[in-house]
Amino acid sequence: MMNSKAGPGPAIRTTGLTVVRGGRPVLHGLDLEIPRGSVTGLLGPSGCGKTTLLRSVVGVQRTAGGAVEVLGRPAGDAALRHRVGYVTQAPSVYADLTVTENLDYFAAVLGAPKGDPERVIRQVGLTGHENDPAGRLSGGQRARVSLAAALLGAPELLVLDEPTVGLDPVLRQDLWQLFRGLAEDGATLLVSSHVMDEATRCDRLLLMRDGRLLAHDTPAALLAATGAADIDSAFLRLVEDTPRTADTVETGR
Amino acid sequence: MNTRRTLATARRVLAQLRHDPRTLAMLLVVPCVLLTLLRYMYDGQPDTFDRIGPALLGIFPLLVMFLVTSVAMLRERTTGTLERLLTMPLGKLDLLLGYALAFGLVALVQAALASALTIGLLGLDVAGPTWLLFAVAVGDGLLGMALGLLVSAFAATEFQAVQFLPAVLLPQFLLCGLFVPREQMADVLRWASDVMPLSYAVDAMGRLTVHSGVGSEVVTDLAVIAGCALLALGLGAATLRRRTP
Repeated sequence: MMNSKAGPGPAIRTTGLTVVRGGRPVLHGLDLEIPRGSVTGLLGPSGCGKTTLLRSVVGVQRTAGGAVEVLGRPAGDAALRHRVGYVTQAPSVYADLTVTENLDYFAAVLGAPKGDPERVIRQVGLTGHENDPAGRLSGGQRARVSLAAALLGAPELLVLDEPTVGLDPVLRQDLWQLFRGLAEDGATLLVSSHVMDEATRCDRLLLMRDGRLLAHDTPAALLAATGAADIDSAFLRLVEDTPRTADTVETGR
Repeated sequence: MNTRRTLATARRVLAQLRHDPRTLAMLLVVPCVLLTLLRYMYDGQPDTFDRIGPALLGIFPLLVMFLVTSVAMLRERTTGTLERLLTMPLGKLDLLLGYALAFGLVALVQAALASALTIGLLGLDVAGPTWLLFAVAVGDGLLGMALGLLVSAFAATEFQAVQFLPAVLLPQFLLCGLFVPREQMADVLRWASDVMPLSYAVDAMGRLTVHSGVGSEVVTDLAVIAGCALLALGLGAATLRRRTP
């Protein structure tokens, strides 16, 4: 199902995407393209505009200019609501419902096939917690319920805002393997993180700072271009090479 | 609108209530306890109870549903579940009708318990048909739900949401005719009470207890209540935005 609509054109294309929040520019005319069937990491310090970019791709962010095209349609288009899965930074699930009740509800809203809740519970490693209220799970477990809800119905594009925060290394590894598997099945993943060491797990990287793109390339090409030993130092070199602009200190999230 | 999604939403809201038995118990028991208290307060003045009892049968569902809905919808907004739902193929109407179905059912059970108690044990005389009493009670509950939904858009925290109860409902409570008959109030106050939906809820219950059969005035009251509920629901739907700043 995931690779059935691999279609032509990039999964995401933004042209001159500008977002202003509370009178402050948060994104300054971003141009980027993300190919289908890939895992793209969106890296940058907290507050650089990662979440705003992700929200713009999902179509829940009011934009001030430019265009965002997702799977060949304008972001937020009604036809995309079956095809895009979104995981917010804070787990957006019902704390008073059990894991299964949460997923059953979202599956019904999506019209996902029967048995889909069980499949996604296995995928995120929550087997055995089906009947626990989401509010009584640990933070990391609750984040995985939220991720599981986004996997329902096997969306073609998954937009994940810091899905691995607070998880132990083993779980993080498992999740990255899951992301890799989904991409191999044809899905496109856009994953934000402020942990630079997750960069090497991505096909492509978007490095962001103060609402601007510093770089958009494969991890290897980034290292080669900057001559740095790791992504952290590559980021620093890129920052040193970019002149600071007047509005850099006053951007929002 | 989509029946499957509406029913799934109603089931989900009821499941949340089921997981919170204390809230559910208070929804159903508190009105009964208060009505009993009132009955014995006016032990020496059965006429007063006959006047106030039915009014309260109309006010309780509105009050309780207002509170429950404003907090429930605020939670949907603050925990991000509303944003998640709006990125999914869920119509705004599916969500609102799902809530209306679930809370309407609770309003019905509450009305059944409260009226069975007041009519059966506490000896309130109701001349009109029982089903109409239920219809008015459910209409009041749905109006409370719709108002609660609307104010939840203007509340940023649960503290604020709870404060909307005295701000929005207390003036209606004071002017609805419970304390001073509406026709005896100063013109300005009477006009104010004329545009407040709770006045019609109380009027309808009052008329029901006095007149047998289905009076046209009760039907008009019920229509006003339903109209206000729809208006508030429509305004509430307008506050559900898929795109936010």
